[in-house]
Amino acid sequence: MPLFEAKNITKRFGDFTALDSVSISVPERSIYGLLGPNGAGKTTLIRIINQITGPDTGELFLGGRKLQPDDVMTIGYLPEERGLYKKMKVGEQALYFAQLKGLSKSEAMKRLKYWFKKLEIVDWWGKKVEELSKGMQQKVQFVITVLHEPKLIIFDEPFTGFDPVNANIIKNEILFLRERGATIIFSTHNMSSVEELCDNITLINKSRTILEGSVSQIRKEWAGNEYEMAFSGEIKVPGNGLYDILEQTSENGKTFVRLSTKGEISSNEILQTLMKSGNIISFNPALPSMNEIFIRVVESRN
Amino acid sequence: MNKVSVIIKREYLTRVRKKSFIIMTVLAPLLMAALILVMPLMMMSGGKEYKKIAVIEENTNEFVNVIPDTKDADFEYLPGADINEMINKFESEGYYGILFISPLAINNPVIYSKKQPPIGLLEHISSSLEKEIEKKKLLQYNIENLDSILKQIRTNVNPVTKIVDEAGKTTETSTGVAMGLAYLGGLLMYMLVFIFGAQVMRGVIEEKTNRVVEVIVSSVKPAQLMLGKIIGIALVGLTQFMIWIFLTIATVAILRGTVLKTGDITEMTQNITQSVMESGQAEVPDISEVQEMSPELAEFSRVFETAMNQDWLLIIFSFVFYFITGYLLYASIFAAIGSAVDNETETQQFMLPVTIPIILALFVAIGTMQNPESQLSLWFSLIPLTSPIVMMARIPFGVPAWQLAVSMALMVVTFIAFVWMAAKVYRTGILMYGKKSSWKEIWKWLRYSG
Repeated sequence: MPLFEAKNITKRFGDFTALDSVSISVPERSIYGLLGPNGAGKTTLIRIINQITGPDTGELFLGGRKLQPDDVMTIGYLPEERGLYKKMKVGEQALYFAQLKGLSKSEAMKRLKYWFKKLEIVDWWGKKVEELSKGMQQKVQFVITVLHEPKLIIFDEPFTGFDPVNANIIKNEILFLRERGATIIFSTHNMSSVEELCDNITLINKSRTILEGSVSQIRKEWAGNEYEMAFSGEIKVPGNGLYDILEQTSENGKTFVRLSTKGEISSNEILQTLMKSGNIISFNPALPSMNEIFIRVVESRN
Repeated sequence: MNKVSVIIKREYLTRVRKKSFIIMTVLAPLLMAALILVMPLMMMSGGKEYKKIAVIEENTNEFVNVIPDTKDADFEYLPGADINEMINKFESEGYYGILFISPLAINNPVIYSKKQPPIGLLEHISSSLEKEIEKKKLLQYNIENLDSILKQIRTNVNPVTKIVDEAGKTTETSTGVAMGLAYLGGLLMYMLVFIFGAQVMRGVIEEKTNRVVEVIVSSVKPAQLMLGKIIGIALVGLTQFMIWIFLTIATVAILRGTVLKTGDITEMTQNITQSVMESGQAEVPDISEVQEMSPELAEFSRVFETAMNQDWLLIIFSFVFYFITGYLLYASIFAAIGSAVDNETETQQFMLPVTIPIILALFVAIGTMQNPESQLSLWFSLIPLTSPIVMMARIPFGVPAWQLAVSMALMVVTFIAFVWMAAKVYRTGILMYGKKSSWKEIWKWLRYSG
């Protein structure tokens, strides 16, 4: 059963339609990618999930029942437009946000100690936010987002502002949260992180869903007629009427080839032809990157 | 509701703990007290803007030493001086100007100067000359003992005002006290609403530019955040206000004790009573002196007496009522404006239409002190955007109960409507970035659904 479901969400702002009958279904303990170009309607959908705005039509379900106003307590949200009070001290501020999420002061204190220690930011407790670097502020913000142990966590571009080391720390924390039972909705433009983290995605373009499903399934579907193969020995593979060679590199006594077939040709036919060129040590359909799929899908729609 | 109190607490504590708040809270009353004490001192000891004025008469010597020197100006008589000569050199000889009196145009003496002379100087000259001319005219009637007769007929009339209520009971009142209260009430209301309303706006802009707001509204409703901020700042205002009143009174009391020595006032009263008692046995000429002093004393005591006769309960109740509703009304407008812009400089275009009714109300309130029964005052004390200020100015003069009721009812309806509308604008505005907002845009936001 999905932990969260949005069914046929439509939202208009005056004459502008931000979302046109968009549905998503997020399985429990999965990471769900919400993708789309700028202005596609992702942020509007996220705000509707957070009940910051309401949909014009459509229904939302959390844990099998209709979304309630009190459910904001079980949702954590790290918005893309995020910030902290600059003049406030880090610890005080974290306590404030925890209390707004309904935690008692003592409970919030206990959990904050745990997280500050885990992310090695204990020393910043008494510092003003304006004294912190942007990456440090992001870490504090991450803690604030997950402190009340939400069932559903929404991260909107969580890695911006982090250096690679800290981005990796946050990535691992996200995976850890899923291990502990949280379900995560993840909105980003960084497609390599989608491949790494997401189980399922929805691609929204111009307020409509144009692609959805599991990441591995989608990549297989979009694989088309490209193959990657390796030969032992540094050789030259010629092209012929059956396929085009897209790429060919030789190194360390191996040759890597990427090719695309012409028309409906089975892999066996190709292999029979290629066997003549040398000793094949691997042969795989080439999976397109999410980045390629994203660009191809969006451009085909425009 | 619990979350609103968390927000109120933060809004209150962060502001109260600021250095600028503490400095302002402590310094402002010291400055105020200093102003209260120093102003009269300065006026008395006169840091005087010294002016020397040459007085020249054409052919006659009728007005020698007629115009007394004031603290600002000395009058120097130059009998027989040539006016045409003096016009060319009065400045180099250290004169501010020349007063030229010609017997042919006695009613229109001419003042020559390099700059436009101040009104006080003109009034002083004209009243001194008028008095002298009148005296000269009277002298032509050859009345005996003219001087003592003139002293005897000099009179001062001070009407005492008594308000008659329905039961026919009369209460002595003072227009001066009413005016003072009207001024204080109106001005205070204006300052509170404006200063703290603007603070709400700045707070909203701060949250928006810091990008904190979206994190918060994922936990609380935007309306809760707005209300929490408005209430928190109101409490900051009240705290500051109380401390100010307390500190001002304390400082004035301390400074009066040390700087002015004790009993300046008692000394003055003693002098007055003494002269009143002496005048009992004194001859006719002293009467004029008594008549000049005793009304002051009478007015002095009457101010206190009549101040107590004011309906303080009504004034305080109305002030609290109009402050709360007026502040909520304007603060919510300011919050909506703050939400619609990305930074403070953008607020200009929205501020003007909001400032106009407040400024207008202040002007009408000042007019009300002159003429509390005017149609203008009536209407402005009923219209909710101006009523908090204007009605506070009207109340000390007495307001019919039905007018007060209508004004308050309109106020309640309007402030609820404004808070509701402001919340709608606010909800959309705080999440809009980089969009140049306009009145048209705001109108659109008003109609968005939840």
